[in-house]
Amino acid sequence: MRIKCPLCGDRDSREFTPMGHETYMNRPDDEGWSPAWDNYLHLRDNPAGITREMWYHGAGCTSWLRVERDTVTHDILRVELAADVKRGNS
Amino acid sequence: MVNLVSKSPVDGLVPLKINGLSLTEIVPEQVTSVAPYAGQESAASEALTALIGAGIPAPNRSTGRDGARVIWTGAGQAMVIGPVVDPSLAQHAALTDQSDAWVTFKLQGQGVEEVLARLTPLDLNPGVFKTGHAARSQLGHMNAVFLKVAADAFEIMIFRSMARTAVHEFEIAMKAVAARAALS
Repeated sequence: MRIKCPLCGDRDSREFTPMGHETYMNRPDDEGWSPAWDNYLHLRDNPAGITREMWYHGAGCTSWLRVERDTVTHDILRVELAADVKRGNS
Repeated sequence: MVNLVSKSPVDGLVPLKINGLSLTEIVPEQVTSVAPYAGQESAASEALTALIGAGIPAPNRSTGRDGARVIWTGAGQAMVIGPVVDPSLAQHAALTDQSDAWVTFKLQGQGVEEVLARLTPLDLNPGVFKTGHAARSQLGHMNAVFLKVAADAFEIMIFRSMARTAVHEFEIAMKAVAARAALS
């Protein structure tokens, strides 16, 4: 599997570490316990198909990436810098 | 009074010469990481150009020349190799002296890509990775900075603590490529 990092270009998967679903980009605002926190920490779908995940390019530019990929075909459909997604620049 | 001795991390391990390829150590006067503050990227690059004649490079590139180089080393970060960076640049970027944190190797000779192909997943095909190109990737399991300095030469920066392992990895790859060449 290869991922095309927006900064580094087409790179081997061994340079990346998967973190989990893109839910992790949207931390709940409240500080106390709530169903939002339960969802943020524990509740995940397990889709056969297209999903969006966080990947860390630790052996490259050290950027966090949001990767859209197909869990059935292993196709990588879209890769963006998580910082750009957060700032609305993607 | 304790007398501190400056010592190379690869003391006694290099130079290596195997089948026309050479592995040597380069000791820059100073290595400084430059991380521009948000929104200060072009100001930092202009200030650095005024100081040393080379600005902050685009991703996967380098600027400057031998002895005064700037290498892209990651998101929002570059390393100045050689000249001492004037503290005035600190108004635009975070500066960190990293001189003693790295060991820099030079691997040179015909077929240098064949040796590196055994150690890194980077595409170093001469049509893709050209002189002046730089990349952050892995050498074996070690994080590394690669810079192509000539058609047959690369400079590779590794964390100083892993210098001995890096020489070991280079040596095995150089010997393996030489052994293959001897068969054909």
